[in-house]
Amino acid sequence: MLKNRLIPNIIVNNGHVVQSRNFKHTNVVGYAITAVDFFNNWAVDEIIILDVSRQPGNRDQFHNIIQGVSRRSFVPMTVGGWIRDTTEINQFLKEGADKVSINTEAVNNPNFISDAAKMFGSQCIVVSIDVKKNQVNEYEVFIDRGRKPTGLHPVEWVKEVEKLGAGEIFLTSIDHDGTKQGYDLKLLQQVCENVTIPVIAFGGVGKWQDFVDGIKIGKADAVSAANIFHYTQQSTFNAKKYLVEAGLNMRMPEFYKLSTPRNPKYTETY
Amino acid sequence: MLAIVDYGMGNVRSIYNAFNLLGEEVCITDDKNTLSSAEAIIVPGVGAFSDGMKNLREKNLLEILEKEVIEKKKPYLGICLGLEFLAEKSLEGGSHTGFGWIKGTVIRLQPNTPSLRVPHIGWNDTMVLKKEGLFKEIQKPTFYFLHSYYLKVDESEKNIITSICDYGGNQITATLQKDNIYAVQFHPEKSQSTGIKLLKNFLDDIRK
Repeated sequence: MLKNRLIPNIIVNNGHVVQSRNFKHTNVVGYAITAVDFFNNWAVDEIIILDVSRQPGNRDQFHNIIQGVSRRSFVPMTVGGWIRDTTEINQFLKEGADKVSINTEAVNNPNFISDAAKMFGSQCIVVSIDVKKNQVNEYEVFIDRGRKPTGLHPVEWVKEVEKLGAGEIFLTSIDHDGTKQGYDLKLLQQVCENVTIPVIAFGGVGKWQDFVDGIKIGKADAVSAANIFHYTQQSTFNAKKYLVEAGLNMRMPEFYKLSTPRNPKYTETY
Repeated sequence: MLAIVDYGMGNVRSIYNAFNLLGEEVCITDDKNTLSSAEAIIVPGVGAFSDGMKNLREKNLLEILEKEVIEKKKPYLGICLGLEFLAEKSLEGGSHTGFGWIKGTVIRLQPNTPSLRVPHIGWNDTMVLKKEGLFKEIQKPTFYFLHSYYLKVDESEKNIITSICDYGGNQITATLQKDNIYAVQFHPEKSQSTGIKLLKNFLDDIRK
């Protein structure tokens, strides 16, 4: 039976892993490679890495990070942040990504979704959707890392991206991000009821029970978080254990030890 | 040396890394001579069936694969799209010809339960039909799947299927083996230690 997934989200700003609150990037946590090493050993089902850097010129550094982490991650990896063309998608896939996440460019140029899905298959294209309540207290899709309103309602937009060929939705509540109040379950339900592709929930997890609620009440297929996994030993392992004990159908939590060879032969150039 | 076929698409890096972890000498190549001298040929794949076939054709890799795998009986490992290519045809976005090494058609997943979504993304259990070979010493055969289409093997060749995965009534061909041809629909290179063990089993099996 298909299992629900637990997915840590690693947010990278100018080469460093950061925490985020309402899309404001706060403290630097450390290096992405270290984070991936821990998560890979601590029973996660997948890893998402997003580049949120605004300064141009840091993109090469981000590509270096992806190459580095892919050598150490033996669970699927989704890479995203500012992806605008299929050439870069291809580059990320070559570097070891399994899926890519598209956000701003999907709204600016919806054909990009269909082009990418046609070229790489729907299963490779995750559309990331950031949602915030607007001034009239209605859900609205925001792009440009939460800065630009689009006038789109999330339900209307997810139906559209599914039609265009997206394979998965990564749904973030900007209002809940970093606030530890749990997922926006109402938003999650609305989205999950209106698509037939899998939905990953993100934003607001403050305790392990929030993951359970995201799946059981919100109807998400997979649950993701960032801040809560940092600074704690075996964080993802413990979260997984909680989910299994709550009766969810997950891969059993186990510690994995995949030791890389003493003298790995990385002869290939990228 | 193991050769991963580079046809311009596919997660070649992940597979390279996985074999590297096993301490294997492995290369990513589209060179005829390298493929000819390799111990085994690995065809990965992320992408659309027709684009993949087109790239293989344009790089003249189809003839090389045919020669090495069918004529010279070199071990072949197909992963995801590398499994689907084996079929006679795929109905992904029209009707497209495959290698035709296996009797069957690649069709779209149509689970009978609305809660089961397409693409089929995530960890799922496989039912192992043949334990020797790829599944040796694997206790919990749970792997990462990432696909919208699957290979439906023709009745006459059903015996080549070594494991299946049930997805809402669709009996997905999860793994198959026909002589020197091995193929898996899921992603062993991304299925943690279980997947790495399966890749090790592949190597053990072709070397025994």
